[in-house]
Amino acid sequence: MSEGIPLFPLSFEVNGRAVELEIEPQESLAEVLRNRLNLTGTKVSCEVQVCGACTVLVDGLPVSACTFLAYEARNKKVLTIEGLAAPDGTLHPLQQAFVDESAFQCGFCTPGMILAARALLEERPLPTEEEIRASMDGNICRCTGYLPIVHAIQKAAQALRSRS
Amino acid sequence: MMPLRRFRIHQPGTIAEAAEMLAHFGESGRLYAGGTELLLAMKHDVLRFEHLVDVKTVPGLAGIEANGGWLRIGGVATHRSIEISPVVRQRLPLFAEMEAKVANGRVRATGTLAGNLCFAEPHSDPATLLLALEARVRVEGRSGPRTLTIQELIPGAYQTSLASDEILTAVEIPLPKNGQRASYLKFQVHERPTLGLALVMETQDRGQAIATARVAVGCVCPFPRRSRQAESLLVGDRPQVERNLSQAAEVLADEADLIDDLEGGADYKRHLISVFLKRAFACAFPGR
Repeated sequence: MSEGIPLFPLSFEVNGRAVELEIEPQESLAEVLRNRLNLTGTKVSCEVQVCGACTVLVDGLPVSACTFLAYEARNKKVLTIEGLAAPDGTLHPLQQAFVDESAFQCGFCTPGMILAARALLEERPLPTEEEIRASMDGNICRCTGYLPIVHAIQKAAQALRSRS
Repeated sequence: MMPLRRFRIHQPGTIAEAAEMLAHFGESGRLYAGGTELLLAMKHDVLRFEHLVDVKTVPGLAGIEANGGWLRIGGVATHRSIEISPVVRQRLPLFAEMEAKVANGRVRATGTLAGNLCFAEPHSDPATLLLALEARVRVEGRSGPRTLTIQELIPGAYQTSLASDEILTAVEIPLPKNGQRASYLKFQVHERPTLGLALVMETQDRGQAIATARVAVGCVCPFPRRSRQAESLLVGDRPQVERNLSQAAEVLADEADLIDDLEGGADYKRHLISVFLKRAFACAFPGR
């Protein structure tokens, strides 16, 4: 660290694991997740909070990790795509539904899509198609044409309901 | 990844301390709340600051309450907290509905209403609706508190009348009285809207007559604009007002300083205003 800017102590939880780091204040959450914690499932694309590829959940709410300062995650719970499957590797119903419905092609937007969908289903366990479209409006995919994504979220909602 | 330039973050405990910090850092410092506009501009090196003063560390600035005829929204309340606030949904549902459609869910989770106003981005949804609702903002700096209208706060694109040490501490919106009919519509095909149009009317005789009307447009012009002349055409018996809508839209477009940009030409925006004023009027009188 140059120019005497002090490091900022950051304590937070990532995918259920307590993490303590010293960060530079300007570091984004995506930089910390990818470069320091090696959680490269969080993808960075547009860099300006438009595309949704870098979506992670902070205390359950979606944020753009590319521009969200890691500083803001202090004492909070961060969920990335790596934290979604069960410890034994069983995919989360959303992940399984995306596979079953072929809801991705290149896959670059998929982690962000799945986490945005997870936030939606936490709030509205059985969303209407209109609610899914409105909620996923901020996540851009250039391959699928979106319909398989909507279907996957509907399928996951049903799977989660029957599971509970 | 596009890294940000280095800066320090400061955590004031009071508004007065934040104002002192901002005054001390001068042009090298900036108030920081949600960061959804500021950090983008800094990432692109359009703005450079060595010090960010995190106003969120000041306690008590995130509250939302209805009191004495006003809805008061604290300076660090996020779009999402407003969108889901029971008091906003109950007392001013139109504002909650507008907030639910600002940008995307990620921006709403972190971005603040006050920050949206202070960045004065010409495509702001809230600024246009707040102008028509005749909202006011409370600001506080080293010289004390003062109150501004939306017109006074935003004199131009990306401009506010705030001094560099002043902090927007609350947005206050008059609570609607019985008989108020209002709507906010936007037209959007890109990331930011092409047009935002707000129509707020005080009606009598169960909506058969319009006593006062306020209409504002945003996005099509450098900052949100009202037109008193257009508003005068929107007062009277409802069938007459309905016949005046085209003319009112023309007057509104004339006075709005429409700009040609990537969203479309001024003539196209004039057309949109005409279409959306009629739709806004229809939305304000559902099921008639």
